[in-house]
Amino acid sequence: MTQKTFSAAINEALHEAMQADPTVICYGLGVTDPKAVFNTTHNLEKQFGVERVFDMPTSENAMTGVAIGAALNGIKSVVTHQRLDFFLLAMDQIVNGAAKWHYMFGGQCSVPITIRLIIGRGWGQGPTHSQNLQAWFAHIPGLKVVMPTTPEDAKGMLLASIFDPNPVIFLEHRWLHNTLGEVPDGSVRVLLGKAKIVKTGTDITIVAMSYMTVEAIHAANYLGEKGIICEVIDLRTIKPLDWETIMGSVTKTGRVLALDSGFTTGSVAGEIVARVAMEKFSILKSAPERLAMPDVPEPTSPALTKGFYVRAANVAEKVMKMFGKDTSDVKKYLSEPIPHDIPGKWFKGPF
Amino acid sequence: MVEEEISRRYPEGEMRCPVHLSTGQEAIPAAFALSIRKDDFVVSTHRGHAHYLAKGGDLKAMIAEIYGKATGCSKGKGGSMHLIDLNVNFMGTSAIVGNSIPVGVGLALSAQLKSTDQISCIFLGDGAVEEGVFYESVNFAAVRKLPVLFICENNLYSVYSPLAVRQPKNRSIAKMVDAMGIDTGTCNGDDIYASHKLMQDTVNKVRSGKGPSFIEFSTYRWREHCGHSFDNEIGYRSEKEFLEWKSKDPLINLEESLSKSGVELSKKVNSIKASINSEVMAAFEFAEVSKFPDHLEAYQDVYAKEGPSK
Repeated sequence: MTQKTFSAAINEALHEAMQADPTVICYGLGVTDPKAVFNTTHNLEKQFGVERVFDMPTSENAMTGVAIGAALNGIKSVVTHQRLDFFLLAMDQIVNGAAKWHYMFGGQCSVPITIRLIIGRGWGQGPTHSQNLQAWFAHIPGLKVVMPTTPEDAKGMLLASIFDPNPVIFLEHRWLHNTLGEVPDGSVRVLLGKAKIVKTGTDITIVAMSYMTVEAIHAANYLGEKGIICEVIDLRTIKPLDWETIMGSVTKTGRVLALDSGFTTGSVAGEIVARVAMEKFSILKSAPERLAMPDVPEPTSPALTKGFYVRAANVAEKVMKMFGKDTSDVKKYLSEPIPHDIPGKWFKGPF
Repeated sequence: MVEEEISRRYPEGEMRCPVHLSTGQEAIPAAFALSIRKDDFVVSTHRGHAHYLAKGGDLKAMIAEIYGKATGCSKGKGGSMHLIDLNVNFMGTSAIVGNSIPVGVGLALSAQLKSTDQISCIFLGDGAVEEGVFYESVNFAAVRKLPVLFICENNLYSVYSPLAVRQPKNRSIAKMVDAMGIDTGTCNGDDIYASHKLMQDTVNKVRSGKGPSFIEFSTYRWREHCGHSFDNEIGYRSEKEFLEWKSKDPLINLEESLSKSGVELSKKVNSIKASINSEVMAAFEFAEVSKFPDHLEAYQDVYAKEGPSK
């Protein structure tokens, strides 16, 4: 175990994978440039050579297809995009191609590719540098969608994704890149499709993913002091979703609040609310709730993003209301940090 | 003969998927078949029957696939537009225009990474040249000097839209691609001998490590875009144009010229036709008697299971 940042954990996973398996390659715009995709691809080219680690043309769609073709002949590509939003140019290859290749050719060949997508937020990332489209990808049969929160999971889940025989969309929230945590050494794998209970509790289940887990924990700490003991679930994998863990927790608590970093309509949180309502209606103590981003593109100006994100205070208020409690002092303890549009003082922009 | 038999039987309603037939476009895949190695890779398009067969794909498995049977090459999950035969490295076809082009480039990248002398051949039509992914793929193949052969069958129509409404007049596809920095050639796709020579020369060049090449063949589809009929009467092209191309048809002309050159050859042609015919009949028989997949198969194979991937 060593203390590392999320981005260092990603870098370590890439080194481990490429070291362990000569058929793993890594490419994407900027993977070999001096900034090395927020240091996540640092030293890879030096270590493994230009054949296996390379910068690419600005051709997101074709380069996804290239990964599919290479996969059909046993090459495992890790393709990196500095923002998820650029990858929208590749929907044909990922949705019509990668996701279906195994199925539509009768299970004869698999497409083991990993697509790393980084999600921006704040500092004016604006409408096209900040989209959390995990629900979109999760909608497509044949794709796996992974969204780790901690450095440990970032490493273990990236390794599991690279060696999974299916196409995996691996989502990294930019606000997590500099978070610190213990990371096990060596070639560790974290099973895909398994959520983690990051805080046990008895009164309500808060389901979160990625950066929302951080806000959920802040809220749970406050709520604990108010006598509401929250169980916080970090989904970690969006597809396939770990229903067993969610339902098990809700059976215990009788209440659920689903958080989502994506837009509200059609969100993963909406799916969770629906399934819980359908399957656990008779034991629910209050109506299931969700908190997600408004159905509005993220604006750019810091003036416009004030109060725009779902923060710990919103989560705490929602829970207090579910328990019929007064919310007047939530903001006193959980006010939006100032400045509100960066993950911490380490972040100096530009993206 | 395969395509014509599909046409004949399609109205029976037993082949319940869209079919895009290659009748009239035979010379190019035939030339290809004579020029390529079994371990070379191929990807193709919605109009892919001829390419699959040219690569040596299993005819019975293809017809069974069109019939939706469990014995089909994609176990009934893909149909006419999703053909595959891994025994001959025919790696797949796609219903989406341009979709398989980068996949073919990726196969070439894998061959380069593994230092083999395999090449990757990508069939595409004139419509695919209008897709952005085509340029992206050609560009990357050129940047990495990948062993790719792009084979463009220009049959003048994308569904019912003529070339004139899709691409500027007098701009040659091959010249445009040439400007992207890869070797290109053009060929009359009705001339079987010229097609074979250019195909073989280009395959050799690509295999020798000189980077990607692109060939544009002129050709013409006899039948409707999708389905078994003729459609010259619906108004997007004329009967006159069809008859002109038909008079240049590579198979008819080859057969006539062989017949003229002597009785022996004529006999040989007849015997080849008889043997192909019995192969075709056997394939349809196989497809018809094969079982449908169990309906629960629909829910299988969404994900590949853990374990060594192919």
